[in-house]
Amino acid sequence: MPEERETLVEVCRLKKYFPVRGGVLKRPTGYVKAVDDVSFSVYKGETLGIVGESGSGKSTMARTLLRLIEPTEGNILFDGEDLVGMTKSELRAARKNMQMVFQDPFSSLNPRFKVSKIIEEPLVAQGNFSKAERREKVVSLLKKVGLGADALDKFPHEFSGGQRQRIGIARALAMNPKFIIGDEPVSALDVSVQAQVLNLMKDLQDEFGLTYLFIAHDLSVVKHISDRVGVMYLGRLVEIGPKKAIYEEPLHPYTRALLSAVPSTNVDAKRERIVLKGEPPNPANPPTGCPFHTRCPLAHERCMVERPELVDQGNGHYVACHLYE
Amino acid sequence: MSNLTQPSTNDNTEKLLEVKGLKTYFFPSKNKVAKAVDDVSFTIHKGETVALVGESGSGKSVTSLSIMQLIPSPPGEIIEGSIKLEGKELLTLTTKEMNNVRGKDIGMIFQEPMTSLDPVFTIGSQLIESIRKHKKTSKKEAHNIGVNLLKMVGFSRAEEMMKEYPHQLSGGMRQRVMIAIAMACEPKLLIADEPTTALDVTIQAQILDVMKDMKEKFGSSVLLITHDMGVVAEVADRVLVMYGGQIVEEAPMRKIFKETKHPYTKGLLASIPDIDKDVDRLDAIAGTVPPAHAFPDGCRFRDRCPFAMDICKRENPELLELEDGHYVRCHLYEGGHDDA
Ligand SMILES: Nc1ncnc2c1ncn2[C@@H]1O[C@H](COP(=O)(O)OP(=O)(O)OP(=O)(O)O)[C@@H](O)[C@H]1O
Ligand SMILES: Nc1ncnc2c1ncn2[C@@H]1O[C@H](COP(=O)(O)OP(=O)(O)OP(=O)(O)O)[C@@H](O)[C@H]1O
Ligand SMILES: [Mg+2]
Ligand SMILES: [Mg+2]
Repeated sequence: MPEERETLVEVCRLKKYFPVRGGVLKRPTGYVKAVDDVSFSVYKGETLGIVGESGSGKSTMARTLLRLIEPTEGNILFDGEDLVGMTKSELRAARKNMQMVFQDPFSSLNPRFKVSKIIEEPLVAQGNFSKAERREKVVSLLKKVGLGADALDKFPHEFSGGQRQRIGIARALAMNPKFIIGDEPVSALDVSVQAQVLNLMKDLQDEFGLTYLFIAHDLSVVKHISDRVGVMYLGRLVEIGPKKAIYEEPLHPYTRALLSAVPSTNVDAKRERIVLKGEPPNPANPPTGCPFHTRCPLAHERCMVERPELVDQGNGHYVACHLYE
Repeated sequence: MSNLTQPSTNDNTEKLLEVKGLKTYFFPSKNKVAKAVDDVSFTIHKGETVALVGESGSGKSVTSLSIMQLIPSPPGEIIEGSIKLEGKELLTLTTKEMNNVRGKDIGMIFQEPMTSLDPVFTIGSQLIESIRKHKKTSKKEAHNIGVNLLKMVGFSRAEEMMKEYPHQLSGGMRQRVMIAIAMACEPKLLIADEPTTALDVTIQAQILDVMKDMKEKFGSSVLLITHDMGVVAEVADRVLVMYGGQIVEEAPMRKIFKETKHPYTKGLLASIPDIDKDVDRLDAIAGTVPPAHAFPDGCRFRDRCPFAMDICKRENPELLELEDGHYVRCHLYEGGHDDA
């Protein structure tokens, strides 16, 4: 971990609420608080992993962060400049530095375009390159992600899932971005291919000094790739800190339960499993106070009424839980 | 030295299911044959949990659907083999007899619980129907059994849930309802095809717990299909590793992890990041799983195998028993035997 860490992205009190419409008039009857007051920083050159269960708001957070969808509230500073409030053209310029790789390599590539066209599209849009330069760049990008020039004239359906994900990564790299958000980039892949793509992402990070925000629900994958890890629950960031701290000394009762539930291939060290009771709450009608109190084995009265804020426990390890205030 | 006879690992336990030389092929078009399951043999003993693992397309689901005789035909067909339940051949049963086996002797849970629950009927009516299908009881009695089953799979408000519809439940809740329905007739064998793959880990932990409880309560055997080696380590007694439509390694659970033999199993384990281990780089297996209509000649793993030899191109190795209960399909381990 670098001593002096420069911040690349700073997310401040970010919120994204989706209206829930009901009745004949389709008026909003309430809100799903998909991202609810989330703040964190991403440091230059690091990988920040984000874990959380289905519906916890990971994808919404990622999309809001790039302003692919508009935040309800909050600020997003990229290299010191606030994306919120930028005009369309300013945003377009800023987005060159930020790319996204999606979970589903099948639906994120235009099926009617050849690979050459898919990858060079962002270069064409930029308009600074001749046709020959673009071709050369596309070939070198393909090589970087482990594909040959014979891929150029093929269509996405002619590739396996892992190869398609490589194409998605090549496209993301075309603009020389500083920051890449991977939203479950390896979740749809078979484990042997997943390992190839994870290795590739690490290599590219070293080579280009990339900064990653890596979203996944697989805690082992996140542990493998990340320097720091944040844990989301029902739209909130409940814990964030250095990987070692999160995995070896998790503080939040939810993080503990989550980690204890991960099946390990280590047959000699069986861990004690904390099985949570009850069902995950309805996001359109979240619990008051701490969102986890309905399933928390350690909940007390205060947790039902008062929402805990993220509090620093030292060494950059933050937790939002009344037990640690 | 036949790969068809599989002596039981623990001879003192009774055999429940015996699959021998099973071949299930698909004929999607005139010149295409997908050898989805190609000469698969294994045994499940009473009370045992056997895990069937392998990557996408290796033939896990086709194996389980073959046991249930639910292979869509055309394009699929069980070409040859034998599937015996307590010594009784299933492949020669009439449709009606097989219907009786399904859901009574063998229960099944699928990966996507929504598709296997009927959206227009309440949980209660589906449970009651399944109970009454195999047990002569009054509606009221069946209702009570149903409520009890729902309690057993962890629902505190079981009575109310009987009146609810599948869409009112979360994925994890539906999967537990499916387990309750599958267990309703106290099956001898429960086949669970990726029962937790679509679920979050905390819910997965709940489901695995419920399956363990049910297994103990009813003494059922379990065939658990999964691609998650962590889940295997948690619940399996014995493991079958599939690759390219064939079993490439079979061993008691600990041996699969501690005395791994087949290069594919080794590669699989090395490519999985583990929550309890720290490695800088994963040892990825090169290449990808071949599709079932285009297996290479010889050993089906040879294209990706770091130890591939000349013979691997020519001959597909047989599944041989190396030591008690540990089988491997690999030329590296054929040392002592005469080539046929
Ligand atoms: N466009 C939308 N309109 C309304 N609600 C939405 C919309 N997008 C997401 N949501 C809701 O916001 C919440 C967070 O969803 P999100 O997809 O961000 O979760 P996630 O953590 O990415 O989950 P997963 O692991 O399943 O991908 C969910 O309750 C979801 O139903
Ligand atoms: N209805 C079908 N028609 C044609 N081919 C089929 C059909 N069903 C399965 N196959 C083929 O059989 C092979 C084995 O498929 P199977 O579904 O058993 O794999 P699996 O091991 O269960 O994979 P997964 O982990 O993705 O569920 C695949 O190559 C598949 O393409
Ligand atoms: Mg998502
Ligand atoms: Mg399957």
